[in-house]
Amino acid sequence: MKIIAIDRQGKEHTLEGRDGWSVMEILRDGGLDIAAECGGACACATCHVYVNDGWFEKLPPRSESEIDMLDMALAVEPNSRLSCQIICSEETDGIKVTVAPE
Amino acid sequence: MTAAAPIETDVAIIGAGPIGLFAVFELGLLDLKCHLVDILDRPGGQCTELYPEKPIYDIPGLPIVTGQELTNRLLEQVKPFDPQFHFGEMATALEKLADGRWKLTTDAGTTLIAPVVVIAAGAGSFVPKRPPVPGIETFENAGDGVGVHYAVRKMETFRGKNILIAGGGDSALDWTINLAPLAKSLTLVHHRDGFRAAQHSVNQMRELEAAGKVKFHVASVKALHGEPGKLSGVTLAGPDKSEWHHETDVFLPFFGLTIKLGPIAEFGINLHENLIPVDTARFESQTPGIFAIGDINTYTGKLKLILSGFHEAALMAQAAFHIARPNEKLRFQYTTSSSNLQKKLGVS
Repeated sequence: MKIIAIDRQGKEHTLEGRDGWSVMEILRDGGLDIAAECGGACACATCHVYVNDGWFEKLPPRSESEIDMLDMALAVEPNSRLSCQIICSEETDGIKVTVAPE
Repeated sequence: MTAAAPIETDVAIIGAGPIGLFAVFELGLLDLKCHLVDILDRPGGQCTELYPEKPIYDIPGLPIVTGQELTNRLLEQVKPFDPQFHFGEMATALEKLADGRWKLTTDAGTTLIAPVVVIAAGAGSFVPKRPPVPGIETFENAGDGVGVHYAVRKMETFRGKNILIAGGGDSALDWTINLAPLAKSLTLVHHRDGFRAAQHSVNQMRELEAAGKVKFHVASVKALHGEPGKLSGVTLAGPDKSEWHHETDVFLPFFGLTIKLGPIAEFGINLHENLIPVDTARFESQTPGIFAIGDINTYTGKLKLILSGFHEAALMAQAAFHIARPNEKLRFQYTTSSSNLQKKLGVS
């Protein structure tokens, strides 16, 4: 399963997703510049991404705690997600995300 | 600012998170006194700033503990050693003195002189998140009550001003409520019509809005206008991408804190990708006398776990002893059997 990730410089990366891993973990291990300060606890909003090309609607909806935590993210858009809360699966194969500005 | 008299101590620790706190314990057993500097206003570092209520399950011997509880327990554990804390201060400069000791200074004018410096700074300093609006830095530090501020130090400086606040957390709502009575006008913007902040604060804000004392828009700040240092207005954008001009004297973004390495990068210590390489026998940086423990260090096999930091603190203390007490013999003892250690801990 693939994850297409666009970094802050606009460069596109194709990463190999792993079933059950979070998108944050794949971005982090793939060397993208993503702080993910709290390590995936939905407690810091520093793994903020935009979910592109219709993928936002295909994902399970955001939880209350993710919606709350996005209040502490910068430059939130309607397709904003915390990537630690998106779990890779067959259903997310090919998902496209853009790392949000710091 | 008048600099206070320098404080001499055995060890200056940068960072009062769990690892900095446990270092006090290990150093204390060896009779080394510590001063700790932390930019936050309380101990615990990421544990209390990011996840005070979240349970941690991998602390040996504590099957479940929250970040706040772990911090409280560590504070209790180090209490016999009477650590001195300098909270709300950023360590800004480190220089070597002619006598071989280190001089660490903070942005509040504190000066610590010690033979050993321990950097237990995690990923660096917690600093306010800066919205990605072009040129925002040119409106920072413009003076009291004008331009962009990430904190309110004196409310009075905002009296009679047109104030714009952005954010949806407790700080955004609290300052909306507190500044509304003395502002000329107060506008709150947030990306959604809902708030993470405490419900009673949200209710209060809604009352102020209903009374016409606060304006609220679902919007975000896209651009800042004015001469450098003199903010005159902003461009706001709504969810439908419509944009409009909003005049304001002050812009207060409240999006919480993020971690930046900060001045440690300027200390002259060898860094590798913003981490401090150390050896795994002493956890000393490549600059003798400066140690690095916890998330800030790197070595082959490093794991960013609290328990690893505890181990690193214990080994660091042994090495630090020989620097701080070059003429003394280190006596290795166990807390279970040493009446000497138990006396230090106040238990016998």
